[in-house]
Amino acid sequence: MNVEKINELFGRDLIVINMGLEVFAENLAKEAVETLQMNWRPPAGGNEKLSSLLKKLGR
Amino acid sequence: MIKVLVEKDSYYDSVFLMLITSEVKKVPGVGEAVVSMGTEVNTELLREIGFGCPEIEEATPNDLIIAVEAEDDQTLEQAFEKARELFSRKKIQRESAEAYRPVNLDAALKMMPEANLVIVSVPGRYAFREARRALEGGLHVMLFSDNVSLKEEIELKRLAVEKGLLMMGPDCGTAIINGKPLCFANAVRRGGIGLVAASGTGLQELTCCIDELEQGISQAIGTGGRDLRPEVGGTMMLMGIEALKRDRQTEVIVVISKPPAEAVARKVINRLEKTGKPCVVHFIGLEGEGPSSRPAGRVLYAGNLEEAAGMAVAQLQGRSYQPRTFTLPAGEVNRLVEQEVTGMSRNQRYLRGLFTGGTLADEALILLEGEIGGIYSNNQTNPELLLPDPQRSKEHTIVDLGDDLFTQGRPHPMIDPTIRVDRLRGEMEDSEVAVILLDCVLGYGSHPDPAGAMRESIVRAKRAAEKHNGHLAVIASVTGTEGDFQNLKDQKSKLQEVGCIVMPSNYQAALLALEILKEAGAR
Repeated sequence: MNVEKINELFGRDLIVINMGLEVFAENLAKEAVETLQMNWRPPAGGNEKLSSLLKKLGR
Repeated sequence: MIKVLVEKDSYYDSVFLMLITSEVKKVPGVGEAVVSMGTEVNTELLREIGFGCPEIEEATPNDLIIAVEAEDDQTLEQAFEKARELFSRKKIQRESAEAYRPVNLDAALKMMPEANLVIVSVPGRYAFREARRALEGGLHVMLFSDNVSLKEEIELKRLAVEKGLLMMGPDCGTAIINGKPLCFANAVRRGGIGLVAASGTGLQELTCCIDELEQGISQAIGTGGRDLRPEVGGTMMLMGIEALKRDRQTEVIVVISKPPAEAVARKVINRLEKTGKPCVVHFIGLEGEGPSSRPAGRVLYAGNLEEAAGMAVAQLQGRSYQPRTFTLPAGEVNRLVEQEVTGMSRNQRYLRGLFTGGTLADEALILLEGEIGGIYSNNQTNPELLLPDPQRSKEHTIVDLGDDLFTQGRPHPMIDPTIRVDRLRGEMEDSEVAVILLDCVLGYGSHPDPAGAMRESIVRAKRAAEKHNGHLAVIASVTGTEGDFQNLKDQKSKLQEVGCIVMPSNYQAALLALEILKEAGAR
């Protein structure tokens, strides 16, 4: 079982991309963790048909 | 009087919208209010509670819906004004930060190529896709979202193994990596104990108990609650154990989960034995007969979460574990039992456990069930003891108020204590209740003042019991540390001031409830 990358992570500073609830990024900021909050939106503006089409196209 | 407004292409996250909802509900004269995105679940909920209208039918998950029911026009206007004010404040914050906020992961990685972890908490139906993309990009993932299928979980974890990456979740609420609390976690000290857990509040209780014993955590890896199911095969737990084995800071390894399938349990134990480090296992409910340990190689079995902490600390310090029940001397426990039972009326005999943490509810349920007889619960595995109406307690009841049954369209009770406060009000009508058992979970993600939020209803419930010529015992434990922003001491005092007995752990709180119920029944 290859876990090298996990052990590498344990030896580094966390650098986090937060996708979703902003409160998690706010809390990480209080812990001095470098964090990037994304401006996430449902794909294709929440339009299911378009979204599944995009999924099929691999986007 | 009802008003519904749909704002197209206006996305906000659910926690923020729930905050707006509760603020709008506070406007005097407002009956019902829902502020949410136009997802299928939300629009169905809106229809059910009487907000059905053509605008809602056309709403998409990217459209914001504000729906308010109030006694008159003027109140409606005030409610919408309140909502507008909160949204405009948010918009100002967003606009100042907007330029720095990428809309997709590729863009985020361009801005922050050195990122090593992605936290995903988007709605479940989109979460799989986003988590997979993160793993493909070589990033470790913490997937907080639920409503991700088992099939998707298996696929994500298979990919994570292939890439050698952490895939914590889905439905992973708690982790501590490199000393940093992620999502719902407490500020605990760092140290030599490494954990892998398939239970969020279980992990919080365990890390807080370790902190209380003045030891610390190297890493706390969450796996999501389904990891030890046969279909998933403990994939992430096995990877976690392997990583902790190689981690120099980790001297002792602790693993917790609900009882896994036997074959999976065997794999986990085998892997632990091969680490060459002292290990502690707690399969919640499997060794529920009280403090006990049975050595098997270097793996010890704990009977409850607090014991798992005690055993791990003893292992770390190279001494043998001394089993214990109460921290308080026996005489003091007897005094407390006597104090609570005196004044109870003859017909007071039932327990009501009102929990915000699922594993904490389970721990109490498993401990007490064998001792006081059948306990009704929404978490029951025995179908005969499933609560017929989850909203109403029956005889002995323990409810996990964080269950989806209670949180549809409402915030989790650890974020917003309203669900529990309402439930407490309901319990005070019942003159047969002898003991109320509570948890109080602090830390990041949790409400800023969970104890304060319960005080008034505890006072009222005790008064109601007095009116019935009885006395209501209220027992709680606080899952938290001195480092948590809610202030552990203050939270404990707030409960004690209103006559609530605060025990050092969830296990001890349940045990004291048991002693009181036994004594009350014996009279």
